Amino acid sequence: MDFDLTSEQRLLKDSVARWAADTYASLDRVEASRSEPLGFSEAHWAELAELGLLGLPFSEADGGFGGGPVETMVVMEALGRALAPEPYLASVILGGAALRLAGDAAQRARLIPQLAGGSLRLAFAHGERQARYDLEDVATTARPEAGGYVLDGAKGVVLNADAAGLLVVSARTAGGRREGAGISLFLVPTDTPGLTLRPYPTQDGGRAADVILRGVRVPSEALLGPADGALPIIEQVIDGAIAAVAAEAVGLMEALQDLTVAYLKTRKQFGTAIGGFQALQHRAVDMLVALEQARSMELYATMMVEAEAEARGPALSAAKVQINRSARFVGQQAVQLHGGIGMTQEYLGAHQFRRLTMIEILFGDTAHHLRRVTRAGGLLGAA
Amino acid sequence: MDLRFTPEETAFRAEVRDFFRSEIPADIRAKVSEGRALAREDYVTSQRILNAKGWAVTQWPVAYGGQPWSPVQRYIFMEELMQAAVPLPLQFNCFMVGPVIAAFGTEAQKRRFLPRIANLDDWWCQGFSEPGAGSDLASLKTRAVREGDHYVVDGQKTWTTLGQYADWIFCLVRTDPAAKKQAGISFLLIDMKSPGVSVRPIITIDGRHEVNEVFLDAVRVPVENRVGEENKGWDYAKFLLANERTGIARIGLTKERLQRIKRLARETPMGAGTMWDDADFRARVAGVEIELKALEITQMRVVAAQATRDATKPDPASSILKIKGSELQQAATELLLELAGPNALPAGGADLLRNDPDAPFAWEDAAAPMYLNTRKVSIYGGSNEIQRNVIAKAILDL
Ligand SMILES: Cc1cc2nc3c(=O)[nH]c(=O)nc-3n(C[C@H](O)[C@H](O)[C@H](O)COP(=O)(O)OP(=O)(O)OC[C@H]3O[C@@H](n4cnc5c(N)ncnc54)[C@H](O)[C@@H]3O)c2cc1C
Repeated sequence: MDFDLTSEQRLLKDSVARWAADTYASLDRVEASRSEPLGFSEAHWAELAELGLLGLPFSEADGGFGGGPVETMVVMEALGRALAPEPYLASVILGGAALRLAGDAAQRARLIPQLAGGSLRLAFAHGERQARYDLEDVATTARPEAGGYVLDGAKGVVLNADAAGLLVVSARTAGGRREGAGISLFLVPTDTPGLTLRPYPTQDGGRAADVILRGVRVPSEALLGPADGALPIIEQVIDGAIAAVAAEAVGLMEALQDLTVAYLKTRKQFGTAIGGFQALQHRAVDMLVALEQARSMELYATMMVEAEAEARGPALSAAKVQINRSARFVGQQAVQLHGGIGMTQEYLGAHQFRRLTMIEILFGDTAHHLRRVTRAGGLLGAA
Repeated sequence: MDLRFTPEETAFRAEVRDFFRSEIPADIRAKVSEGRALAREDYVTSQRILNAKGWAVTQWPVAYGGQPWSPVQRYIFMEELMQAAVPLPLQFNCFMVGPVIAAFGTEAQKRRFLPRIANLDDWWCQGFSEPGAGSDLASLKTRAVREGDHYVVDGQKTWTTLGQYADWIFCLVRTDPAAKKQAGISFLLIDMKSPGVSVRPIITIDGRHEVNEVFLDAVRVPVENRVGEENKGWDYAKFLLANERTGIARIGLTKERLQRIKRLARETPMGAGTMWDDADFRARVAGVEIELKALEITQMRVVAAQATRDATKPDPASSILKIKGSELQQAATELLLELAGPNALPAGGADLLRNDPDAPFAWEDAAAPMYLNTRKVSIYGGSNEIQRNVIAKAILDL
């Protein structure tokens, strides 16, 4: 058993934490970035590139920095703690994983240096409005034609699509809407004729878009990974994203816990700090218990994210269930313990709660993942 | 013992139900049901229709426009009103300042204010909380100094709900700084147009403009606008809070929300079917329904006991209603959020978030704002922690 970071990982942690603390020292700074046209600051994105974070999960041979799940966890925790609005999740974690797992040598050689350098961003256009959390539910079609494919359909709530130059789009090359086989991935530049973005803000202050595809023509080289066989890759991408948001959520919960405990010590009612009331002390303790449970499952998710699909799926689902439950409890109680101030957008804690609420929904809610763990027979093996 | 309603009560239920559904405009009721922001005019329109029927202020003394209904009838009335998604008659007017003026005001105040309160000719807001005085309301610092036939008021109120629409604010102010906490407080009626009153919006977690800060800077208030005796304001505040807590469980509202969730679940795709095909989801809805039924019967028991209680003192049992009622309101919004799923993420148009009633709307757009906003119900009206303190002391004698 070893829960320690290596010295390189510690260095990484310190440097990201320093960047995040300098860049997002206050809610005003976060809001300033969010108010830029794409919902984050291009200058900050360039700084992430300089720090080597945009190329982190790619192999050195491909022009990346060869980071693994632990490195990603360290970065996501720090970004979560700071409530950083940069599309790291959308571009590096989701889009990047699709490219890393499915791209051929030519695709990787062409795109990864651009991603690592910050000149290109990706978005992962997979989910559809009717699909809920079912990864195999794809109605969008890709019809082969001479020299390429024609894509038709609609993708819902694609995170940070308006900031991306290139979309990873899933579409059906065979099979019916809910069949596992027959899905393929395509690299589609956002300026391709027939592709329309309908961008909007999200409930946590981020951005997403619906992507409408009408007769979108792409060349054969746009195919990413095996034709008809993309589902296992999509599952792996989403499991990776679950591990990443687990880390983000832990960072957020830590920050919210700290904020709440500090408030309990300073807010006075009835002539005394409200942290002196035992009812509130116990609540803060329960928040800490929830946070520690979440942290443990964050580590579990990180350890399991590169395991074989059969073990990986239930493990990541289990982690998401715990993260969701802890996020809800910590978020709700933080607001409650703040009283009225916790209910306003002028307060950092409210924004952290909103983000935690959206993380609960992203990549599957509690019911969805509980069902997956149940279907796998639980975690303990046969009774 | 009989838990059934009498034939008369059942007929009464049908009468009020028909009225709400046929007379209150459907578009206003739809907004309430869908959790969209209401325009000021929506509140006014709805309340005036009720008032024309004599139903805006049914719980007031009959002499001022109340109805001579039994506690059970009052309960049925509110239940049906909420289930029909009719906007509640403005709380601050009908359940707060109106009853206080009716009980403790002068004849002149009653004549001047009550009819306008009932008809929403004047919009009132509640100026109790201050930055330093929330749960510990009696520590409020806003001062009123007597100068001849005026008070000069200085201080700050906060969390003033819909103060941006208000013509008047009723305030608790300190008139005797020397007296101990509760003793030196008076109850003043302040015209929002008075020089020295300014309002700053506070945007709530769901992105809406629902509450405000109200600054009072050397505001001159005629002494005739004090309700009751000087330094007795705390008694009137307690009377008002007792009124606020009856009916705070909002059982009708939660019923309406659950019914809507069940309806929407049948249209919400999941897998090869809909969310309503998912036995786990249905069980979660049923679980909330069961607790709601229990609370409904608890509420009826409190209602039945009201007949023999001193109505000027809060009933500690109402704290049970507040705790459970608020938790169930929150549980319903959690189910709605779950139902909306990934489609709850979009924030609609930015305009939707800024109270634009004409912004395009999908039901999923409101799921997260409703969930986030409803966190308030365990904070205001006496937080759920304070309610537990009340029960521990007043019922358990701890
Ligand atoms: C959306 C909204 C609308 C509102 N509208 C109005 C309005 O129109 N007019 C108005 O006057 N006010 C209004 N309020 C104010 C509301 O009444 C206060 O927020 C409430 O009284 C709590 O006070 P506080 O916010 O200062 O929190 P605090 O009193 O500071 O409480 C912070 C936390 O400490 C807990 N706590 C405090 N004391 C104790 C104790 N003794 N034991 C255990 N726990 C304790 C609380 O439960 C809470 O969890 C509104 C509030 C909200 C959120």
